[in-house]
Amino acid sequence: MIEVEGITFAYTPGKPIFEDFTWTAGRNEAWVILGPSGCGKSTLLSLLAGLVRPQRGVIRVDGQLLTRPRPQTGLIIQDYGLLPWATVRENVRLGLRIRNFYGADGIHAPRDYQPTLEVEPWLERLGLLSVAEHFPGQISGGQRQRTAIARTLVLNPDILLMDEPFASLDAPTRDSLQRLVLDLWVERGLTLIIVTHVIEEAALLGQKILLLGHPPNQTAHVIENPDFLHPEYRDSPAYRDLCRELRSRLEAL
Amino acid sequence: MSRRNLLLAGLALLLFWQGIAMIIRQPILPPPSRVGVVLWEEITRGALGVHFLASLWRVVASTLLAILTAAPAGLVLGQSKRLNALFSPLIYLLYPIPKVVFVPVVLLFLGIGDLSKITVIFLILFFQILVLVRDQAMGLRPELVLSVRSLGAGRLALFRFVYLPASLPAVLTALRQSIGTAVAVLYVAELFATQKGLGYYIYLNGSALFNYPAMYAGVVAMSLLGLGLYFLVDGLEKRWCRWQIVS
Repeated sequence: MIEVEGITFAYTPGKPIFEDFTWTAGRNEAWVILGPSGCGKSTLLSLLAGLVRPQRGVIRVDGQLLTRPRPQTGLIIQDYGLLPWATVRENVRLGLRIRNFYGADGIHAPRDYQPTLEVEPWLERLGLLSVAEHFPGQISGGQRQRTAIARTLVLNPDILLMDEPFASLDAPTRDSLQRLVLDLWVERGLTLIIVTHVIEEAALLGQKILLLGHPPNQTAHVIENPDFLHPEYRDSPAYRDLCRELRSRLEAL
Repeated sequence: MSRRNLLLAGLALLLFWQGIAMIIRQPILPPPSRVGVVLWEEITRGALGVHFLASLWRVVASTLLAILTAAPAGLVLGQSKRLNALFSPLIYLLYPIPKVVFVPVVLLFLGIGDLSKITVIFLILFFQILVLVRDQAMGLRPELVLSVRSLGAGRLALFRFVYLPASLPAVLTALRQSIGTAVAVLYVAELFATQKGLGYYIYLNGSALFNYPAMYAGVVAMSLLGLGLYFLVDGLEKRWCRWQIVS
């Protein structure tokens, strides 16, 4: 599904964040990219979203060379990226409006795209109907995050990229949104890639965890976490062991 | 501000005027009732309507011209650090200069027709809009642009869905702030070598014909022009920038 082949990327010449870095993520997998601040997690997400391009090496999605944002990849950034002047409903419609604006050209919208502005089912699914006419400045952080998720899922993506999606939420909101994201992952058959610096979050959300250390990152350190969907996983010894392992491996990187 | 309060304030002003006129009892200050009658006569039978339209045309034309040039320029400067670094010293120097002092210069270069008057008002509005739109565009977080790009937006869609709505409040704020100045400068510009416009009309009746009620009718018409434009901008702001008011 996603193949990263020997990429090198640097913002400043001579200080690469990734150097000859190779990594593969399969279809319908739930990945967490875990690492300390400045390790290149968000950069990797931007690369996967096609917003920046590697200086060397290539990224392929579904066998296609990635050279620009593809319409089937959804990205949710850290502070949600909502338009402050548009209501929740209009924010959720934004991606559709952009697609309607260009038409089904295969670049900005998939070739089989049928113009629509229908978002009500998503507003309902994410519990946003009651705030649909509110502006982002008027709703809570959790509702903003739900709006951003709705806006992305309306476009029916096959890949969902999320950058620190739960960082600024209180604990109960975070728990319910984490569950929601996993539900949606199962329901929609998404390939999910979440970036976080929180070890516990990585253990709860990642079927597979990619560890990044201080740049330059040359090797993909991958840890499998097959039991993560188990209902009692949060209270299991396996969860605690994994957290411990992640912590010690992060320190070693 | 409620409509009722505005109406009451307007009535209070009229009463104040009426009171002063009754105390002074001089031809140079006719009461509002008399001015109202003359205003009606001058519009229906005289040429006040034509003068009003001439002034309105100059303000509207210069405003549209200023929006169409300054808003895109402000957006470009706000998004390009390099261009802004290049131009901001120039803007910094030019912005505070009272543009009304250029009236004689502009008249010399562009002649006495509409073009010179439109140019002077344009100069005032241009810098006001340019600076406010630039600052607004600079405040647009790059993450916002990135996230909209990730939804599939290219340059055109970014302009339509991000830059345009983002600069709208700045344009309206600039207009609201400068519409008073624009009308004032219009008055000054219309004092020079013209035979159309409210400035000319007021000057003609006040200083040449000594027809004071007609002069006041001109003053009222000019005030209504300014007020009308102000209300229009205010209304557009409430309609298009609701998010700034409620959030």
